[in-house]
Amino acid sequence: MDVLKRVPVREQEPSVRAKNFEEVCLGYNKEEAMLEAARCLKCKNPKCVLGCPVSIDIPGFIKEVEAGNIEEAYRVISTYSALPAVCGRVCPQESQCEARCIRGIKGDPVSIGKLERFVADWARENGIKPEPPKERKGKKVAVIGSGPAGLTCAGDLAKLGYDVTIFEALHEPGGVLVYGIPEFRLPKSTVVATEVENVRALGVKIETNVVIGKSTTIDELFNEEGFDAVFIGSGAGLPKFMGIPGENANGVFSANEYLTRSNLMKAFDESYDTPIVSSKKVAVVGGGNVAMDAARTALRLGAEVHVVYRRSEEELPARVEEVHHAKEEGIIFDLLTNPTEILVDENGWVKGMRCVKMELGEPDASGRRRPVEVPNSEFVLDLDTVIMSLGTSPNPLISSTTEGLKINSHKCIIAEESDGKTTKEGVYAGGDAVTGAATVILAMGAGKAAAKGIDEFLS
Amino acid sequence: MYKITKKVLLASNIYLMDVEAPRVAKGCYPGQFVIVKMDEKGERIPLTICDYNREEGTVSIVFQAVGPSTQMMAKYEVGEYFRDFTGPLGCKSELIDEPMEELKEKKILFVAGGVGTAPVYPQVKWMKSVGCNVDCIIGARNKDLIILEDEMKKVAANVYVATDDGSNGFKGNVNDMIKELVQNQGKSYDLIIAIGPIIMMKFVCLLTKELGIKTIVSMNPIMVDGTGMCGACRLTVGGQVKFACVDGPEFDGHLVDFDEAMKRSQMYKTKEGRKELREKEGDTHHGGCGYCGSEE
Repeated sequence: MDVLKRVPVREQEPSVRAKNFEEVCLGYNKEEAMLEAARCLKCKNPKCVLGCPVSIDIPGFIKEVEAGNIEEAYRVISTYSALPAVCGRVCPQESQCEARCIRGIKGDPVSIGKLERFVADWARENGIKPEPPKERKGKKVAVIGSGPAGLTCAGDLAKLGYDVTIFEALHEPGGVLVYGIPEFRLPKSTVVATEVENVRALGVKIETNVVIGKSTTIDELFNEEGFDAVFIGSGAGLPKFMGIPGENANGVFSANEYLTRSNLMKAFDESYDTPIVSSKKVAVVGGGNVAMDAARTALRLGAEVHVVYRRSEEELPARVEEVHHAKEEGIIFDLLTNPTEILVDENGWVKGMRCVKMELGEPDASGRRRPVEVPNSEFVLDLDTVIMSLGTSPNPLISSTTEGLKINSHKCIIAEESDGKTTKEGVYAGGDAVTGAATVILAMGAGKAAAKGIDEFLS
Repeated sequence: MYKITKKVLLASNIYLMDVEAPRVAKGCYPGQFVIVKMDEKGERIPLTICDYNREEGTVSIVFQAVGPSTQMMAKYEVGEYFRDFTGPLGCKSELIDEPMEELKEKKILFVAGGVGTAPVYPQVKWMKSVGCNVDCIIGARNKDLIILEDEMKKVAANVYVATDDGSNGFKGNVNDMIKELVQNQGKSYDLIIAIGPIIMMKFVCLLTKELGIKTIVSMNPIMVDGTGMCGACRLTVGGQVKFACVDGPEFDGHLVDFDEAMKRSQMYKTKEGRKELREKEGDTHHGGCGYCGSEE
């Protein structure tokens, strides 16, 4: 075995998986995991841990994997993370833990993400569950939103002995893990449901169908329901559109709508009542992870799919692995291309999209080279569906109904990075509601920091 | 799980149900809506709130069984449960936050079309509770499709029933009735609130624009989450894109692009579905379930 190379992970063949919603990556088995774990140098001063937003003792758990003590490895990870099966799948390890791995200087970094996933999956398959603490604090905390920030915050507080209730607006807990990330990247009934069950096993109550800010306000949670602190992890749910002509035509969707129909409402499964358009040719506008998810979903539903992005491949915000998978499956990338108008037929349906070619100019505020229009480069893409994946912003539902809770110009709740403290006493916040659309693991990091902040506030 | 505590057949295929949902009942106001999901595999169906009882913790919904989802809903009986019942969603009626002195000065006419009578009822009832007397037109194709007439008579100053075939009350549609009141009977109104099939709201607005009467309509486009997340319910109001679920559902009817809204409500309709609809001429929650909805 070449110690510079990582143990390859098994995946479904691209031509097969392009037609199903089964998980793309099959993960390591125990032998493979132990082999890969042996590549870890167990650094005394591990850089990988510094790259992890929740500071998992990475060499600590990998040591146990190498020795074949998977249950112990799970205990190590669980001390830090409530959602290891999720993180092992969707964290951008290549820019976090694995980016700092010493092995990566000369060769492949250790596959930390795939090892984490293996440990979490093994624990699930072997029925290992976290246990609630014996000592209770006798204090109540409300957590708003059951996405990665909320689940992490709730899990950490429950471990400390608080009585935690999560309020979820939708009919299933999980937030973006259930409505946003597709089945083929993050299986719902096994992986997500188990992680949610594990948080419940710690004693956390989850109340679905509660829209905080509408049926019940934060002040009512304090004054009428006796909560001692509140964490807001309500995410960044509002989709953005381009503002170009034709955007309200039939067949133009936000990525949120398209993915929610397929993921949360299971439109891909015919036994569910949810309708979803059946498309022949789809353009997904945008280049982030959500755009890749929407594109690969449309492909699996039987369409030819183009990703239309105004910058070049180098600037694609999506994870390299996602872009790679998308290409393997046959997604066509129309880079340096910007839509200017959606063309609509006489019945109000999309028939095409007028685009212009772009080239990269001087760097802009984000440090990326600014795309500028190439003169006379206009052309029309014939299409029947357009999916806008341009990012999301926080929902003002809570901030607009909570006196004393300040937001910034982007409608993000203002909160301290170190402990999630907001401008309202006893109210903490974290995740996309504070940062705007970001990653699962950053939201988890914020949920963790806020749990610590809340514990200090209530002690 | 949300228990059904009452079920009444109001008219052919039109049902009223009371559902136990204490949080919704406690926080809801006229003008807002709920989302019902019957079972694990069902759709999220938006339905406007028809009434609520804060003490008993119940919310009333009214629906017409036309599409597959609402037909299924009609099979639920008292004592059975809906899996999910979320709300209140959307903004409350603007009337509720108006200064009381100004509100009492206003001459208001409600125009209710078909199942649209259900969301009109709590608004009229609320007006009565704060001492405002308002008029109300209830319109439908024939007498069998008129609902909540007796209930409305208890809370409105004057109720005018209009049927296309004259089988109950005035013979003509709601627009004919408005013209009759304003042009022949010398009534004057400062504000009209019109709720019903989208096509009705469109034509009421064309008329009231001519008459110079401000008109509020309640839009009920296709939705998924109902909290602002998906944007499926977007419509153009005064040249701006609005989400019915968070910015509405009530809007200034003179600014709404009804033609676009009508096209969008057709998004998930199949040829067969449209045919069936025409036959049944349903005008329930116009589009929410993706099958049933407004006219062609």
